[in-house]
Amino acid sequence: MQTNTNNRPGTVQTARLRLDTNRIKGDFPILEEKINGHRLVYLDSAATSQKPTVVINAILDFYRHKNANIHRGIHSLAEKATAAYEHTRQRVAHFIGDVDPEEVIFTRGATEGINLLAFSWGEANIEEGDEIVITEMEHHANLVPWVILAQKKKAILKRIPITLCGHLDLSNIDEIITPKTKLLALTHMSNVLGTVNPVAELTELAHRQGAIVLADGAQAVPHMAVDVKALGVDFYAFSSHKMLGPTGVGVLYGKRALLEAMPPFNMGGEMIREVHFDRITWNEIPHKFEAGTPDIANVVAFEAALTYLEELGMDKIREHEIALTKYAIGRLSEIDGLEIQGPQEAELRGGAISFTDHDIHPHDISTFLDTKGIAIRAGHHCAQPLMRILGKIATARASLYIYNDEADIDALIDALIDMRRYFGV
Amino acid sequence: MSEPLDDMYRDIIMDHYRSPRGKQPVKSADIKSDGSNPACGDELEMQVEMAGGTLKHIHVDCKGCAISVASGSMLAEIVEGRPLEEARRIAELVRRMLKGEDVELPDDLGDLDALKGVRQFPVRIKCALLSWVTLINGLENYERGQTDSDTPATTEDKE
Repeated sequence: MQTNTNNRPGTVQTARLRLDTNRIKGDFPILEEKINGHRLVYLDSAATSQKPTVVINAILDFYRHKNANIHRGIHSLAEKATAAYEHTRQRVAHFIGDVDPEEVIFTRGATEGINLLAFSWGEANIEEGDEIVITEMEHHANLVPWVILAQKKKAILKRIPITLCGHLDLSNIDEIITPKTKLLALTHMSNVLGTVNPVAELTELAHRQGAIVLADGAQAVPHMAVDVKALGVDFYAFSSHKMLGPTGVGVLYGKRALLEAMPPFNMGGEMIREVHFDRITWNEIPHKFEAGTPDIANVVAFEAALTYLEELGMDKIREHEIALTKYAIGRLSEIDGLEIQGPQEAELRGGAISFTDHDIHPHDISTFLDTKGIAIRAGHHCAQPLMRILGKIATARASLYIYNDEADIDALIDALIDMRRYFGV
Repeated sequence: MSEPLDDMYRDIIMDHYRSPRGKQPVKSADIKSDGSNPACGDELEMQVEMAGGTLKHIHVDCKGCAISVASGSMLAEIVEGRPLEEARRIAELVRRMLKGEDVELPDDLGDLDALKGVRQFPVRIKCALLSWVTLINGLENYERGQTDSDTPATTEDKE
């Protein structure tokens, strides 16, 4: 099969990668898998990241040596399990900018964190005529709960539009965020466009109008240093599984005063202080929001993921991804018929790169690439309103992480060129 | 190139994809049926003009991948001019074939055999199904005396 790596135009320079991807690849056993006879080129980390051996081992270690239920048992294993679970909470608190660990609530994922906020805070605070502001680039997770809440409360849902380049259009922001705004809910990094939004600036603006702010950090926390105190946000939601950790675990950070004033979300064990048949008092935060037995083993193993990321250094990870994103966008631009969505400047975006082919549907792209061992995502990426604005029914998306390098991008480019030849376009 | 891929993207499929049949709008639509694949965003609009119990003219407009477009195009070619009952029987047969059942297709439906290659790609089966479930939905509503479907057909509830 002919490839074009040798006659590559000189416009795209070799990426200066900050991470030792050869060593990192060795830490991820799944990357040794053969997919349809090829080495796995995993370019779908925005959907979920792969897991390093240390995380996989931490799950095994918990079940072999520490397994017990937490917070209740009066025996050694229960104490060990509780300590490990609470240790992860402390490490998360440190990871997102040294917040108070009691402001860290474990959820099943970013989606559940946002739902918690919509049901608990939203139910208690949103009234008829209030305004909720979102953006046009939200994932359904940070869209559907607010659409439903607004309908239920007869509140008004307003949205910040996007520009042709895939940035938020802030030209009329003073008309969108007003004294009537109760909540601004926006993504920190778009899962489709890759855009990194000016969360700190918009939070300041919203606070001046008396609104509270939730940022959806599912795509941001895995890829850059995030300091929720510097951002100023009131709530921040993200998922473990997109940042090397296990599935089934997420985090909702919230400011203490707001969390304390909120009613619980799920009812049951752990979230109570005193229960009578006619009256119940709630436990302290964060336990008030963690009813029932949580995903203990995966919370404990999440700590190993945080350690792994911290050892690499979040700033270095960001630099690595900027360099590789620049390289990927440059090389994708070499192919006729491809259109890249979102900002073209790598510094202003993350490594989730959506593209379309003028002649070939994203599903056909994805199936073809899969036969070469290349995993990308194709579809609407849980952002149907954004797709309509972009005028696409779907896009293909290659998304990068710490284990990706130029060779992965080259494999993608070669396969896309083969694909266009195969489909005769 | 790997063989399963060639099985799916056979020349006949690619021919239907590049020049889909059923593009012509119908004069008056007795049946209007929309279909969508919520998982991927593909959308399909179907209109049928009936005459004396047969599908006189069928219009299929599919915004989707090669497989869903080609499948819709084959549908238009094959069911046009057939009596309603026969069209429904064929649609049901194709649906069962795509689900993996071992069905014998009548000789005059030869082209449809090309869709079998899709079965090696489980995530793509619903692409091929979309137009057929949209037709089934439309015909059922027509028999109940409705022109428009209340809700678009999806491949989800038929699986």
